[in-house]
Amino acid sequence: MAEAQKKRLTDIGPPHYEQFLPPVIKKNYGQWKYHEILKPGVMVHVAQGGDKLFTVRAASPRLVSVDKIRDYCDLADKYCGGHLRFTSRHNVEFLLTDEKNIDPLIADLKKLGHPVGGIGNAISSIVHTQGWVHCHSAATDASGIVKAVMDELIDHFTTMQLPGKLRIALACCLNMCGAVHCSDIAILGIHRRPPKIKHERLRKECEIPSVVASCPTAAIRPATVNGTPSVEIIEENCMFCANCYTVCPSLPLNDPLNDGVSIWLGGKVSNARHEPMFSKLAVPFLPNNPPRWPEVVGTVKDLVELWAANARKYERMGEWIERITWPKFFRMAGIEFRKEHIDDFKHAGLTYKRSVHLTY
Amino acid sequence: MAEVTYKTPKLDELEKGPWPSFVKEIKRAAQKSPMANDLLGQLELSYTEKIGHWKHGGIVGVMGYGGGVIGRYSDAADKFPNVSHFHTIRINQPAGWFYTSKALRVLCDIWERHGSGLTNMHGSTGDIIFLGTSTDHLEPIFAELTQNGFDLGGSGSDVRTPSCCCGMARCEWACYDTMGACHDFTQHYQDELHRPAFPYKFKFKFSGCPNDCVASVARADMSIIGTWRDEMQINEAEVKKYADGGLDIFSDVVLNCPSKCMKWDGKTLHVDNSSCRHCMHCINVMPKALAPGKDRGACILLGSKAPIVEGALLSSVLIPFIKMEPPYQGIKDIVGRIFELWSEEGKARERVGEFIQRVGLGNFLEAIELEPMAEMVAHPRENPYVFYEEYFEEGEAGEEEEKK
Repeated sequence: MAEAQKKRLTDIGPPHYEQFLPPVIKKNYGQWKYHEILKPGVMVHVAQGGDKLFTVRAASPRLVSVDKIRDYCDLADKYCGGHLRFTSRHNVEFLLTDEKNIDPLIADLKKLGHPVGGIGNAISSIVHTQGWVHCHSAATDASGIVKAVMDELIDHFTTMQLPGKLRIALACCLNMCGAVHCSDIAILGIHRRPPKIKHERLRKECEIPSVVASCPTAAIRPATVNGTPSVEIIEENCMFCANCYTVCPSLPLNDPLNDGVSIWLGGKVSNARHEPMFSKLAVPFLPNNPPRWPEVVGTVKDLVELWAANARKYERMGEWIERITWPKFFRMAGIEFRKEHIDDFKHAGLTYKRSVHLTY
Repeated sequence: MAEVTYKTPKLDELEKGPWPSFVKEIKRAAQKSPMANDLLGQLELSYTEKIGHWKHGGIVGVMGYGGGVIGRYSDAADKFPNVSHFHTIRINQPAGWFYTSKALRVLCDIWERHGSGLTNMHGSTGDIIFLGTSTDHLEPIFAELTQNGFDLGGSGSDVRTPSCCCGMARCEWACYDTMGACHDFTQHYQDELHRPAFPYKFKFKFSGCPNDCVASVARADMSIIGTWRDEMQINEAEVKKYADGGLDIFSDVVLNCPSKCMKWDGKTLHVDNSSCRHCMHCINVMPKALAPGKDRGACILLGSKAPIVEGALLSSVLIPFIKMEPPYQGIKDIVGRIFELWSEEGKARERVGEFIQRVGLGNFLEAIELEPMAEMVAHPRENPYVFYEEYFEEGEAGEEEEKK
């Protein structure tokens, strides 16, 4: 049956999106006039011609079984003519044209264990990485911390009581597949000890020049160890980024005793009001304490509440701290300012305070 | 059929609480997949020992492709043999992440036949992620995916799967057709996407307005962000309705304008459009009254990335404004010159942004044949260490001809 064998297809690219769009979107593509948030997790887009599209946004654990996706499909079939989408923050969105279906859909989502919210001045789902579920370089788990943090912050997902938007992201190592570096609150897995060199394996597994070149602080030098080519590490130059481990499996940094989590604040990507900003270090180290990471959850919760109680309307975390100044923030948050907070990488001097615009 | 065979007291704690539980999802998959069951066992071990149990990815993939599959192997395969191979497959999502239930069910069926039944909807870059299969299933999965119209995404040093906001499909602020552009670019760069040949990864992200819902300014080597260059549209009657409805236009809108280009006299909103920075704040607050102008296009920025290797970068302006019209040839020409230069001169694992930092934006622009523009910098240089390239030869001072 060689003839019946289907031709091997390659480079076809993704399916064209148009076949997946609901009729109301096809009809009004590029013709939307305005939108309104009707209640937490529900918005309506109104087209120039008056057509309405209702969106119901629900939380998702991101790590979902195919049976859960089938549950989503059942709801989409029941209420949305089979149409649904996902957001850039891993929420699932149901697209409706009949307003009467909104509340029954929300009730069904509730039964399924999926809260509705994440729109407007709220916390949306946490963008995160794989962690111990699927990654070799993770300094902490991702899904577990996210679950524990969102269990605590869920009221800020399902209501819109915050001053502005709050975006939390988690990356389980400095590779930052979750690109946490521009989030209101970034939770970042970190190592604190240099690689343990597996000399006997390194020669076989790794290219020594690439390993040497991989180090941003030139802490790695070629060396002969027991007559075999390997590398040595100038430990005081190592800042535990694990980039060498990415190119060389013989340089593991994972260390249950010393790995943990750092917390960064005040980044944003939107251009609204203030230009996009990087997140800045607030808490240098919190321990890995599975399964529910109480120190991380408590710190994040406190920071959210501090911002919520003190920021002005629309002010994102970084805009608020910039207005009140970082020293005042550290005092208000009760966080000790330490040596780790002061940058010492490239262009660090640009981050020093170069004026007397200070708060006392 | 399979079942959960491990005791997981630590993970069970994460089944509690109001947020949807990933542990429940793994357990649900474990009802059908021994792989998902062993994942549960290994994850409980990680939770006990506070360390991961995955080895570095090996080189696995489908024939003719260099990307799209991430090899993953357990370092505890003696205890958890069903995850000794646990490869990830990245599948290029449809632009804007819109689906029909029919298409999703097809993907679910394929994955149930050939893998753990666990997915990410979606991964950080935007792909549909199938988590966990063995090498012998890769070709059959690929065949079934392509027969159903899906293809693999990027991984390694290639064009990574482009992503975009929902744009014109469901947003009045879309200044260009993000989904159209994303799909077009994805199709155009299929070879670069599937066959890694660059110094490192290259990401495109398409956002329809300066709110940047796909975080392109932070997460894409090329960030294509919609904007406009004429006057914003104002509906005076709706402005009045917002004011009558209790919105404090002076505090909430005017005071938050970064360029102070607005005035509110209690009746009319005056905007000095020549000073507007297109930040979106006022439009976000009054979506019925204000809208981007009609002469719409995009600002193209280049070079953002996470910290590894030389530090995190935000993208910076490359083209202040360009009309976004298929087939986007002007942009593709510039991308082509960037790819050529960076492939030739970039160091291994050097992103475009780091390459620009190393060679200097001025030199980079010269090499890709773009003129320097004031929009490209936050401010001109502060230091006088200028590499002057133009000067007079002795005896020529005052003559018109300059040496270069």
